[in-house]
Amino acid sequence: MALASPHVTAAAVAAAEYPDLVHQYRVTGVPKTVVNERTEILGAVPEAEFVSQVVGAAG
Amino acid sequence: MDARTPADLEAALADLAAPVKLLFFTQTFGCDTCVSARGVVDRIAALSDRITVDEFNLVLDKDAVQVYGIRRAPAIAVVGEADTGIRFYGVPEGHELISLVEAVLLVASRDSGLSDESRARLAEVEAPIDIQVFVTPT
Repeated sequence: MALASPHVTAAAVAAAEYPDLVHQYRVTGVPKTVVNERTEILGAVPEAEFVSQVVGAAG
Repeated sequence: MDARTPADLEAALADLAAPVKLLFFTQTFGCDTCVSARGVVDRIAALSDRITVDEFNLVLDKDAVQVYGIRRAPAIAVVGEADTGIRFYGVPEGHELISLVEAVLLVASRDSGLSDESRARLAEVEAPIDIQVFVTPT
């Protein structure tokens, strides 16, 4: 998605190494995706749904 | 995501379509995993002469930290002809190692691999979108 849009940045965060972030974003399972600091997507979801939720988070 | 083995990925790196830079951000103090992460970056770079590594210090190299929006160390920015905004925080092990290699391949190919529908939706995005995916190695 970061490749498909100049406005998108995508980071993979190793949860075990950043307990402060795990606490901050209330990560209780992985994968957990946080978009623009607020929208949360739990688990692995199909591409179309994932893109829809991510783009929706920006609107 | 394709179920590819590390050996397949190594083979794929040997035919990289374009140069890719791995920008590694480290920290001198208080970073227990920075040395391990740098080791992984070097191992990947050794698989292709089109992969180069530049190292920056999270505290000292303020310009690079700002340009690439790096928040903590260890961090890896995967950069092709231009920056595509792909970052890895922490030591890339297990699945993350495969994800990093796949990111290198994607950046080199300049093709997201997404469906036409996904591309169309993303083409309409005009505001910044920051995605953080929390993962574990296995």
